[in-house]
Amino acid sequence: MSLTPAELTSAVSGGIGSSPQRPDGNLKVRGEFAYASDLWHEDMIWGATLRSPHPYARIVSIDLTEALQVPGVYAVLTHQDVPGQNRYGLEHKDQPVLAEEVVRYQGEPVALVGADHPETAQRAMKRIKVEYEVLTPVVDMETAADDTPLHPGGNLVRHVPVRRGDQHAEAEVVVTGRYEVGMQDQAFLGPESGLAVPDEEGGVDLYIATQWLHVDQAQVAAALGLPLEQVRLTLSGVGGAFGGREDLSMQVHACLLALHTGKPTKMVYNREESFYGHVHRHPAVLYYEHGADHTGRLVYVKARIYLDGGAYASSTGAVVANAATLGVGPYDVDNVTVDCWGVYTNNPPCGAMRGFGAVQAGFAYESQMDKLAEALGMDPVDLRIVNAMSEGSVMPTGQVIDSAAPVAQLLKLVKDKPMPPLSTVVDLRDMPGGVSNTTHGEGVVRGVGYAVGIKNICFSEGYDDYSTARVRLQVINGEPAALAHTAAAEVGQGLVTIMQQIVRTELGVERVTILPMDTSIGNGGSTSASRQTYVTGGAVKAACAAVREKLAKLAASRDLSAVDIAGTDLTGVDLAELLGDEVIDETVEWRHRATEPIDPETGQGNAHVQYGFAAHRAVVDVDVELGLVKVVELDCAQDVGKALNPQAVLGQIQGGSAQGLGLAVMEEIQTAGGKVRNPSFTDYLIPTVLDMPPMSIDVLELADPHAPYGVRGVGEPPTISSTPAIVAAIRAATGLALTRVPVRPEHITGT
Amino acid sequence: MRVNVTVNGEPRQADDVWEGESLLFLLRERLGLPGSKNACEQGECGSCTVYLDNTPVCSCLVAAGQVQDREVRTVEGLADGDRLDPVQEAFVEAGAVQCGFCTPGLVVAAHDLLDRVPQPSDPEIREALAGNLCRCTGYEKILDAVRLAATRKAAPRGSGAQESGSR
Repeated sequence: MSLTPAELTSAVSGGIGSSPQRPDGNLKVRGEFAYASDLWHEDMIWGATLRSPHPYARIVSIDLTEALQVPGVYAVLTHQDVPGQNRYGLEHKDQPVLAEEVVRYQGEPVALVGADHPETAQRAMKRIKVEYEVLTPVVDMETAADDTPLHPGGNLVRHVPVRRGDQHAEAEVVVTGRYEVGMQDQAFLGPESGLAVPDEEGGVDLYIATQWLHVDQAQVAAALGLPLEQVRLTLSGVGGAFGGREDLSMQVHACLLALHTGKPTKMVYNREESFYGHVHRHPAVLYYEHGADHTGRLVYVKARIYLDGGAYASSTGAVVANAATLGVGPYDVDNVTVDCWGVYTNNPPCGAMRGFGAVQAGFAYESQMDKLAEALGMDPVDLRIVNAMSEGSVMPTGQVIDSAAPVAQLLKLVKDKPMPPLSTVVDLRDMPGGVSNTTHGEGVVRGVGYAVGIKNICFSEGYDDYSTARVRLQVINGEPAALAHTAAAEVGQGLVTIMQQIVRTELGVERVTILPMDTSIGNGGSTSASRQTYVTGGAVKAACAAVREKLAKLAASRDLSAVDIAGTDLTGVDLAELLGDEVIDETVEWRHRATEPIDPETGQGNAHVQYGFAAHRAVVDVDVELGLVKVVELDCAQDVGKALNPQAVLGQIQGGSAQGLGLAVMEEIQTAGGKVRNPSFTDYLIPTVLDMPPMSIDVLELADPHAPYGVRGVGEPPTISSTPAIVAAIRAATGLALTRVPVRPEHITGT
Repeated sequence: MRVNVTVNGEPRQADDVWEGESLLFLLRERLGLPGSKNACEQGECGSCTVYLDNTPVCSCLVAAGQVQDREVRTVEGLADGDRLDPVQEAFVEAGAVQCGFCTPGLVVAAHDLLDRVPQPSDPEIREALAGNLCRCTGYEKILDAVRLAATRKAAPRGSGAQESGSR
């Protein structure tokens, strides 16, 4: 098997607005698509990672003697073997590649082994003797800022205040609440993995599953003490990401072993190690106070939000900004007081996961809206519609929403859907508990709940967010053919399909080849923040425009200037004839419109590029005696601006909603004293096909005039409103307050 | 230890197999068949599902030594040359493939279901696929794919039968 992924050329046609098949689909269904964990190299060795068993401890000594004596072991490395900077991180360089004096979370990498077989590596790892002086871990996010400092600057990673309007406003009806969100895991199925191949000049090629090749490259090169050009990354097949691959995992480790031994080194985490090997969604504690007049109109919202960043910062700062700036939800509120703190603790590090700060706030503000509706005696959907923001609304940051914000319409769409019928025949498979035979319908109560959410799309706060695309056009075998190249990571979402669609539409060429993604081209930015179709799609479109300009010049030089090359319609142009032997090859860097940093005292500023909205209705059956929940139907309405690939849009909404369902009723990394208690798919549950109900989905296409083709990021919004809608439905069925997700059976039974 | 096994119709032999190795490891690392996936390696996710003597199993839970003189069929053995199996074809067409890491296991599980139950009801499909985790799709399009494959298998192409992936 070649290490370099296949170029993807599919035989199907289809421009934007249609749903052509994925160009990697055939390989994937045949089992021939090369994921990072499938790579193989002659003479390769296997790497393994020794991790701290303690959430917080001082390393007294490390003895490698016995490990090095195990036959088949090529190297055992510690922090002393890191040739460059032993610190990395997305926002702050605070995380060691291998721990030095202190370990700050259970699972922190301490040493590496390279051996001829994964089992040899495991056996050698067990012979490394590390003496620890165990320290008392900091685990409470609400008090962490004043607790033992875990880093030189103290435990506060970031505080974002947002102040708008009257800070002392009063209202007729006031509801308060305290909410908790558990630690969710991305649980992508393809474990962290990669293969590092040393070259003969001291450099390395890394074949890797990641979300962001260039930021990986910069961090790996700094840790290895090498110039960027000696650290080349190629994207291997990625088995899902959802935020969990934005930080480094085994990237530097595999390269260290490869450079140290001179042998290609493969590392593949197993599921347990994967739970320790990537950041999770921040657990949160949120205090809210909503004030409204008697008609339901919101007068003010006050919130104090705590996010547990765990041992290292990762993207905590940006998550804090999202929770703060999106903290009141998609509602018009004139008077806002929000404070959000992200802190260091000795819990597992937390960072990016689909929804990124908006999920935690969304659960709290939507729970508050239901509570407010109850206090007012209003229908919860009507209350939301009374306060729904719309185009022209002003965010708590002062930013004006300058494209569609159809919040009321989305709510009406889900509310007006027909209800699923109550089944008249008892089928255990329809019951909470299913074929476990826990009920035949007795004790089962149906409930209905609604929620809506808001998410920023693309990178915010003045970040220079861009993507680079190269498009080449030439005649091959008498037919015009295009090739597109970027470094933007395909993680399963279908970017490769979208890129082909855009090139077909822009250049009128059927045959479009997607080159493997790698660092030989400029930065494509992260596959996160629902941004790749927008930004890399925009870059590919712009590169096509540059190709068309060259075509126009070519036409002019051949006295064919009457042909409207610069226009959008290339039909009628014989590209093969026009091109002849010419090769047009254009590379473009494309940026969305700039954002601004927010004011550190008031949170004011045009922080975000675009906003996405989705609404859900959940129908649940609850066995109130056993606390089991069956989600019967989960319906969604979302505005996507323009559906470049309608099938893929639905796939995002369905998949995102399922992850929200997981957070609502089952998914949590449970910790005790900083230790993870359930690092396996036996104990950390994600929804199965039995848990996920049918969905009826309405997709609105209200074009955003600022975005390429009018697109609006799709991936994250459905993850936000799914969770609170399901919990609202469980509340409706049980009459319980339910202030924490995931809702567990004992929360319902009170046992 | 040496293991002799028939894989996808061909006799295969592997030497120096460590006694603790799984069938999954044997396939992926020794026989050059990485199609079966290593997502949990404890029998929870179904991504490594293969046929062992025509019964679907999690290959991560089968010791390599246990397959001596037996027949294994993996996802790589489902297509007929360039022609995809109807289940594979339906997965691509219906949009049931995103990251694709669960796909090999799901394709084998769905293939087995349609062999046993040519026209399964939705609850039957759900029950049959309950051991296969997918994190990307929310399963809706996987259900669509199995329905589509069932229709295709019942009315082979060219017969003019309705082809629909919708509920």
